[in-house]
Amino acid sequence: MMDKQAIQEFIAQRVALEFQQGDLVNLGIGLPTLVANFVLAEKEVIFQSENGCIRLGPAPDPEDIDPSITNAGAIPATILPGGAFIDSAMSFGIIRGGHVDVTVLGALQVAENGDIANYMIPGKMVPGMGGAMDLLCGAKKVIVAMEHTAKGAPKLVKSCDLPLTAVKAVDLIITEMGVIEVAPDGFWLIERNPEYTIDEIKQNTGAHLHVSPNLVNMAI
Amino acid sequence: MNKIISLDEAVDKVKDGDTVMVGGFLGVGTPEKLIDALVAKGTRELTLICNDTAFIDRGVGKMVVLRLFKKIIASHIGTNKETGRQMLAGETEVELVPQGTLIERVRAGGFGLGGVLTRTGLGTEVAKGKQIVQIDGQDYLLETPLRADVALLFAGKVDTEGNLSFHGATRNFNVYMGAAARISIVEAKEIIREGFMDPDQVVVPGVFIKYIVDGGAL
Repeated sequence: MMDKQAIQEFIAQRVALEFQQGDLVNLGIGLPTLVANFVLAEKEVIFQSENGCIRLGPAPDPEDIDPSITNAGAIPATILPGGAFIDSAMSFGIIRGGHVDVTVLGALQVAENGDIANYMIPGKMVPGMGGAMDLLCGAKKVIVAMEHTAKGAPKLVKSCDLPLTAVKAVDLIITEMGVIEVAPDGFWLIERNPEYTIDEIKQNTGAHLHVSPNLVNMAI
Repeated sequence: MNKIISLDEAVDKVKDGDTVMVGGFLGVGTPEKLIDALVAKGTRELTLICNDTAFIDRGVGKMVVLRLFKKIIASHIGTNKETGRQMLAGETEVELVPQGTLIERVRAGGFGLGGVLTRTGLGTEVAKGKQIVQIDGQDYLLETPLRADVALLFAGKVDTEGNLSFHGATRNFNVYMGAAARISIVEAKEIIREGFMDPDQVVVPGVFIKYIVDGGAL
């Protein structure tokens, strides 16, 4: 069994394979941020962060930290050659206007019709949606990167009981158990982590899980 | 016209009960010296319009801890546990607005627009009580403009005309909030006192800036 960090890196590594040459990508905070570590340089993926950076680069060495240059989680970052700093209206024009090719976000729940809940648990945790609602509406492709369950409780569900961040927005879900496509007729398992049986994955999924006739082992 | 005023003069422009817009994204691009002066003065019953409530020891987060706000309009409060606690305890009213909608509402407020139409938030709690407008068969939410009494902004450089330029990711909401407030005050890291900023470098024209506070010399 993998520990939490290994699970997160495993998921991030698989997400990184989804990007096409030259994609403009926005990564959410947390697990999705790890994805940048696994993207091959030759893919020339451009990372945008909603706080106002295009061509966001890796963290700087401690002596090179500039407090004015951070990612959307306020973590020190760098800007690669060819990049730009932009204001929030421009940043969300890019996001809402359909110019972001892929966004990778975490989730509390994803429903079989693509609904997603990821910004609050009423009465308990209310961090706010930040830029998530805009990303879910505007990005051409939405990938959810998350652990398959919350301590055993399914996160892939028939319908979300938490407040929605967006309706019918999710295209693909990548967990430590497999890769699940959200199709018009529900969840389809298209790749499986061989550490888990199909039955185990079904047991940990709170909605019907179709198994693709072309099911393959998870590519890493 | 001399727009440069002292920090004391600047905070006196903010009155108890005012609506204030504050630039910054998790404290990056926030006028920290203006915030510290407001904290020291204890101006209260304010309504805050800001992207987020930063951290308990940074940016507007310091004012949240002292409960200087009666209402907060923001897109994200998760990095400041005190905001969430006050919200859940019913001590402070919090209106959560999607970030892209928040900046457009500010922009609309400053630029004479009656509102903006966006798909963001359709089918969610954000849409509750809002008018839906259909354009070419697509539903949009009608989001209304935001305005403020005072905008507190940060810029890398300002000239005496109030023209602003920025460094790094500090532009965020600072570019638009000045237009949406009756009084706008910029805290700049550097004031150009000899001559003026190269017009090619100006990101926000001085027409939106009423007062300047020297952020470097304080």
